[in-house]
Amino acid sequence: MSTQSRSVHRWKDDPVLTVEHMSMRFGGLLAINNLSFEVGRGDITALIGPNGAGKTTVFNCVTGFYKPTEGRIVARHGTGAQVAAVEHATTKGKRWHSTDAGAVFLLERMPDYEISQKAKVARTFQNIRLFSGMTLLENLLVAQHNPLMVASGYTIGGILGLKSFKRAEKAATEKAAYWLDHVGLIDRADDAAGDLPYGDQRRLEIARAMCLEPLVLCLDEPAAGLNPRESADLNLLLRYIRETHGTSILLIEHDMGVVMEISDHVIVLDYGVKIADGDAAEVKSDPRVVAAYLGVDDEAEIDVPEVRKDLIEVTGRTKKGAGDE
Amino acid sequence: MEYFVQQLINGLTLGSIYGLIAIGYTMVYGIIGMINFAHGDIFMIGAFIALATFLVLTTILGITFLPVVLLLVLIVSMLFTSAWGWTVERLAYRPLRGSFRLAPLITAIGMSIVLQNFVQVTQGARVKPLPPQIEGGITLMSGSSDAGTISAQLSYMQIIIIGTTFVLMVAFSLLISKTPLGRAQRACEQDRKMASLLGVNVDRTISLTFIMGAALASVAGLMFLLLYGVIDFYIGFLAGVKAFTAAVLGGIGSLPGAMLGGLLIGLIEVFWSAYFSVEYKDVAAFSILAIVLIFMPSGLLGKPEIEKV
Amino acid sequence: MAGTGQVPAGTTPVAPKNADVPQTRMARALRESLIAGALAAILGFFFLALRTDIVTGGLNVTTRWGLWLTAIAIVFAGRMALNLFWFDRDWGSGKPARKTIVAALPSGKTVGRVALLFALVLPFLFMALFPNKDRQFIDLSILIMTYIMLGWGLNIVVGLAGLLDLGYVAFYAVGAYSFGLSAHYLGLGFWTALPMAGLLAATWGLILGFPVLRLRGDYLAIVTLAFGEMIRIVLINWNDFTGGPNGISGIPKPTFFGLEIGRGEGSFGDVFGIPYDPIHRFVFLYYIILVLALLTNFVTMRLRRLPIGRAWEALREDEIACRSLGINTRNTKLSAFSIGAMFAGFAGSFFATRQGFISPESFTFLESAIILAIVVLGGLGSQIGIVIASVVMVGGIELLRNLNFLKQVFGPSFEPTEFRMLIFGLAMVVIMVWKPRGLVSTREPSATLKEKKLIKADQVAQGEGH
Repeated sequence: MSTQSRSVHRWKDDPVLTVEHMSMRFGGLLAINNLSFEVGRGDITALIGPNGAGKTTVFNCVTGFYKPTEGRIVARHGTGAQVAAVEHATTKGKRWHSTDAGAVFLLERMPDYEISQKAKVARTFQNIRLFSGMTLLENLLVAQHNPLMVASGYTIGGILGLKSFKRAEKAATEKAAYWLDHVGLIDRADDAAGDLPYGDQRRLEIARAMCLEPLVLCLDEPAAGLNPRESADLNLLLRYIRETHGTSILLIEHDMGVVMEISDHVIVLDYGVKIADGDAAEVKSDPRVVAAYLGVDDEAEIDVPEVRKDLIEVTGRTKKGAGDE
Repeated sequence: MEYFVQQLINGLTLGSIYGLIAIGYTMVYGIIGMINFAHGDIFMIGAFIALATFLVLTTILGITFLPVVLLLVLIVSMLFTSAWGWTVERLAYRPLRGSFRLAPLITAIGMSIVLQNFVQVTQGARVKPLPPQIEGGITLMSGSSDAGTISAQLSYMQIIIIGTTFVLMVAFSLLISKTPLGRAQRACEQDRKMASLLGVNVDRTISLTFIMGAALASVAGLMFLLLYGVIDFYIGFLAGVKAFTAAVLGGIGSLPGAMLGGLLIGLIEVFWSAYFSVEYKDVAAFSILAIVLIFMPSGLLGKPEIEKV
Repeated sequence: MAGTGQVPAGTTPVAPKNADVPQTRMARALRESLIAGALAAILGFFFLALRTDIVTGGLNVTTRWGLWLTAIAIVFAGRMALNLFWFDRDWGSGKPARKTIVAALPSGKTVGRVALLFALVLPFLFMALFPNKDRQFIDLSILIMTYIMLGWGLNIVVGLAGLLDLGYVAFYAVGAYSFGLSAHYLGLGFWTALPMAGLLAATWGLILGFPVLRLRGDYLAIVTLAFGEMIRIVLINWNDFTGGPNGISGIPKPTFFGLEIGRGEGSFGDVFGIPYDPIHRFVFLYYIILVLALLTNFVTMRLRRLPIGRAWEALREDEIACRSLGINTRNTKLSAFSIGAMFAGFAGSFFATRQGFISPESFTFLESAIILAIVVLGGLGSQIGIVIASVVMVGGIELLRNLNFLKQVFGPSFEPTEFRMLIFGLAMVVIMVWKPRGLVSTREPSATLKEKKLIKADQVAQGEGH
């Protein structure tokens, strides 16, 4: 099932996030089957696939909302694969391990809130989850909860009105203003988030996630429901985030235009298994991807034996009419 | 052993009454997702109507043949209590349909206060005793112990209660699973908006749900009256809380769950009273609820929820 | 619960369709009034027309046809009046938009200041204006202020964090009993016991909250209700320690920096050279509860602007998003739960010192329900709304005690106080139907960049399960 051998890929050498042999089972349904991939440091990586391929499930596992049935998910601060540190944490039963070279985090062992707080993996949601009754500014301040908690002396200092907390709060507001400015929403800072139009809400959610200063930003269909101009703006924003803040981006996307234009690395998922992995050009020409995306009406038309084998293995049946978009 | 069997019977009897009330909670929760706090008081209303009907039939109309009297009482109290159930829904809940979650909860609590105090004002605060009407029973087993002979008895009263509950449960399950009304109800539970788009009269279905719940509660009220022989305007609160506990324990929204939860709460209460202490029987019931919910957050028979992210 | 859309009215007889034709309007009003009257006849038959009473040898049924017919007539006339003058009223262009009170008020801050000033001088106002009834009025103010404080405390849990707590009275009881018991067994005074009561209640909040706070909205509601009942049952049955149903009496009054408010050597009046008047006690108690309530308000307002308070509100809005932002939701919920409990504990020990006597009777579910009703009727999360709701609801109930003039109308056997709770319950229903989001329903943001804008109620969530 591997296609990587065709060229040298830098995400192999310096992965900020790796998913290793991950499976996720819901009752009798195997949603993800033995999935492995790497997200390169500083790359924009796209996770694509037809509806129901398991993309959002992968996100939920990576960000701790689901515990994968099997497998290992590693986030790395600092450069390189840090194999020794990962092995050390795994065998010693630790959730994370820091060395001089950086730190590794075994995400499948961490609760969801620690993943964004400690491992610095942030996310957005497919069906936007803003705090709609709070203002834009408040939304971005909530995202800075943990540093502000420390600055407020776990509330006690805040009640007493410590100077240092005032300063921290001012800095937090400035950071919020910075991101509001960069997503073009600074003029609406004091409006309720629920009052924003759809496209703005998407951008606000990205801004909110960026307030966590993440190393990896996971975006679940950020371009869904956007018009072409908003979509182009989004591309610019993502590039800006990557270039200015060095954040690696992992995104789920349906819009092939967006994917092919900005992605350094594309992973294709179908029925919970990886069917292609490579740069945009490689993936585009992969026959299995074409089959998965264009759909095949009839068993006889599946002309890639591996696909059929994979599908039968995963679903216990042959594929019918899937991926019709 | 005899003692144990006797407690088992008593527990099942009490549990049947809780179960009948619990169904009303669980159905309403299933269809509109609110805790109908006034439901316990509907049960109390049912008991009062049953008492008044009974007295009218026996003292004013002079009917003495007990089976006929009881049948008439059952029918009259089901009809009149249903009218109360319908009215409560119409006045306090329907105007808030589609509103915020806590609003109907507060009107429900308000309605509960209204019903209690209405009965207190109109019927007085003192308890109403009714001498036992059905006596005797079947001795299942008897044995002797240090304290003398102990026997396990299944009284006719208990047979009637458990039997009626069983019959009603079967009839009710059939109603929900086989009739168009049941289908409409399940459709509204799944998605109210969609059901209404597909031509289900949502308001009517919800009204009928309240009517059915009230009718079952009135049966429970009649049984309570016959079993304990004493009612007052306050019985609805505790019975309501217990029955709601039963509904949650069984998995709220699930009909068999409500019945199972009712039986369990009845058994826990009776056995705790028999073997440990009467005073703390409610504490025992509530503790078991808390423990069950901590380990099975959706109750015994409730569908486990996969968190949608 | 399903979405916000109003379900089609169907067979509802309320919504007017063509109010412009007078004949049909009259006919419809008549028809609907007849239906309402018939319904009243059915509902009232067993309760108004019949009355069961205990007589020697069993129960006796008496009939009261007059009462029954009167009730039917009242319902008929009432429905007629509603139809003609309210439902079918000419609304102009459609129904009027729902407004919130706050829109008509100058601003939250000004209102707050005026209310504060008023509260500060209230006892002296009463003494000056109603010299005969001042004691009664100050006592009523103390009661209202206690509910305001409890409302503010519960507001942290329900209004800010969105956790539905139906057993708040449990913590009130913990506070009251911790002072009652420590006074009884250890001889502690009010000021020593006060912080202890708060701490104990907060600890109980942690202990009870720890296992149950991961439950979803309504499950949490029933478990908290169960805990409230459990604490009451324990208080009733633990005779040796808590005095059982008889409660604890002889709980000491608070002192003014060690000076007793009373007669005799070394008392407050003696030291300051003011002749003793029993009113001093009431005034002193009033100021204690005022300070405690203001402390609650101050801390709540402060917390709202701190990260912890913002996390509470975020939790109410969307728990999953909170987790994705690194917020430990369990700890955040626990903090709201135990801080809310702490204020109930303070209020409880004040209640004990004010009454001088406590028993489990004072801590029934009805208390929890009243406090929750105050919070929801006031408008979730709104501090000033809670003040208004407390004054209306609690003040209203107490005013209903003074309905003795009705005895002249209905005869001496008529007991007007019995109607108190009936009217209270009806008021709860009517206010909620009238204003489902409470009296003050806009939300004030906790931080602003340029200009403060109030947030409309329909954007603000009400916590889990919605």
